[in-house]
Amino acid sequence: MEASENLTLTDHLKDAAGRVFSGGPVYLTFLCLLGILFMVGVFSGIHSVYIEGSRHAYGSTREIPLAMLIATYAFFVIISTGLCLVSSIGHIFGVESFQPIAKRAVLLSVITIVSGFLVIGLELENPFRLAIYLFVSPNFTSNIWWMGVLYSFEVVLLIIEFILLMLHRHKASAVAGFLGIIFGIAAISNLGGVFAMLNGREFWYGAYLPIFFIASAVLMGSAAVVFFTIIAYWIRRERLDAAMRESLAAVSRLACLMLAVVMFLTIWRMVTLTVGGTHESMVFEAFVSGPFAFNFWVYEIALGMIIPFFLLLASRGRSIAVIFVAAALIIFCAFFMRLDMVVAGQIVPMYWELGVKEYSRLNTYAPTWHEIFVVLGGVGLCGAAFLLGEKVFDGFRET
Amino acid sequence: MMRKAPDAEKKLFDKPEKISEIDRREFLKMGLLVTGVFAGGSVFSAVSAVAEIFPYDTYRTKYPYKPHYCMVIRVDRCIGCQLCMDACVAINDVPSYGWRTLILERQAQKAIGQKREFIPVLCNQCNDPPCVRACPVIATYKDKQNGIVMMNNKKCIGCKICMAACPYDARYYCEEKGAIDKCDFCFETKLSRGEKTTACSEACPADVRVFGDLSDPHDRVYKLVHQLQKPVWVLKKEAGAKPNIFYMKG
Repeated sequence: MEASENLTLTDHLKDAAGRVFSGGPVYLTFLCLLGILFMVGVFSGIHSVYIEGSRHAYGSTREIPLAMLIATYAFFVIISTGLCLVSSIGHIFGVESFQPIAKRAVLLSVITIVSGFLVIGLELENPFRLAIYLFVSPNFTSNIWWMGVLYSFEVVLLIIEFILLMLHRHKASAVAGFLGIIFGIAAISNLGGVFAMLNGREFWYGAYLPIFFIASAVLMGSAAVVFFTIIAYWIRRERLDAAMRESLAAVSRLACLMLAVVMFLTIWRMVTLTVGGTHESMVFEAFVSGPFAFNFWVYEIALGMIIPFFLLLASRGRSIAVIFVAAALIIFCAFFMRLDMVVAGQIVPMYWELGVKEYSRLNTYAPTWHEIFVVLGGVGLCGAAFLLGEKVFDGFRET
Repeated sequence: MMRKAPDAEKKLFDKPEKISEIDRREFLKMGLLVTGVFAGGSVFSAVSAVAEIFPYDTYRTKYPYKPHYCMVIRVDRCIGCQLCMDACVAINDVPSYGWRTLILERQAQKAIGQKREFIPVLCNQCNDPPCVRACPVIATYKDKQNGIVMMNNKKCIGCKICMAACPYDARYYCEEKGAIDKCDFCFETKLSRGEKTTACSEACPADVRVFGDLSDPHDRVYKLVHQLQKPVWVLKKEAGAKPNIFYMKG
């Protein structure tokens, strides 16, 4: 009995490997490139933290200790929670048009959260201590502790949900998925809380970020579903079937709605900054006309919000090419949104109000190549795992 | 006894026509309480002389530590010689890229007379330390006996959230220790070995940094903080961390 099961598993693995290797030159080239990117990222991170020292290799400083790698971690885990939420609309809450995207969305949710873990793992100075002391010495008042624990639960639940989905045990899968949503929302709001509860940092402090992160997650999740599903069909060299077209149209409408929410939140965030304290006013100026102006106006506002909003609005989900471009823009620009949010919270020197010469200039941050490679490593892992997943699970065909 | 003050206030306003001897005493207590001087005969708040600049009732807690270490910085006496910084580096093995204490310099070219001012800064050993709240693994903690914000290096995961959380920029990542490093009032190098003061305080030629026990009425810091003649303040009080580094002139 056991021998036959092993044989079956081996056969499955052989089939999966066969599908991967017969993916065609373009598929294999991308898979290799993304795999190399992943390895370069891992090497860069290990070299930075354990050989050269992060003080030399990374651009983060005493004044700006949280930088690009934290932003990348936030970028990935926000997408992950978003994918979890968007997938649930179909297979947990029964909205028919969202059902075809469920399996891919759940797998992508696992992939993106693991990519986030990879990047944070290469950012922490002593990640192995975390594995011990997260359990042995927990601090229940720490948002990072809650975030770590909740995301750990979420990833396990997502994996269980995915396995049950693949086994067509939809009810059990929905239970795991529902728990996954609860843990996911709790985790992402704690990610917001990591920043929002630092009352020494006026730009971050307050209830805004946990709420914004959840809205942004649904936006990112729907954009990621559109982006990756269209690529998946391109890999298969197949046209989208009617059910999937309808599904993507529904998801793109959700993305459009969430873009409107994110724009609304952003407008009010900026308006309230104008009447904030010294720090907030300085951050406002930095965004509007200072060092963040290009990122803010070009990436965040124009390419990340306004253009995709009108693209989605105009296409109404009918033009696959248009919604693909809109989704790609949303995802790409969200990275800069996360980076700006993380860095801008630390640009005003802590003793600015004293008017002392040591703290008389805005803190600056520029990423190093080591950091950029670690980010690309995360992207490589995410992309390679997605490409492999499409072949291993045979494009999530129902047959 | 102190918690009766609001009742006393109500009683005073209820009976405006005649103030009895008892009410007069209550009134005096209330006034002293608001200014933060009344100590109730035993223990008292972490910041008393500056209580008037904080929202009412913010510091109506007992001294939670014994000794309750604090430092009073007589800021106008500082000449910026940086001997305190040198002593700190030497005693605590502070690497060249980090600092536990710093002397900030403020220039006021249009000021009459003195045109430069020096402001020593260090970890404020806050009573509600944001760094301690933020640390996921209790690698940094408030010592239950003396209130110093300590590090347990072997637990530090190097996430640096405590650095972001600290309103006083008092933390840095020390490569050599593989952990965050910060001022511990020289607990490890001096206080725990029976010495009575910190390296920076000892090295200061102008007696700027007065280190001591805020819970001891006979201590210099107690007397400096619990007086009304000269204003005493703290840095970044809006951060709500209830710091234990006090500033004054004179």
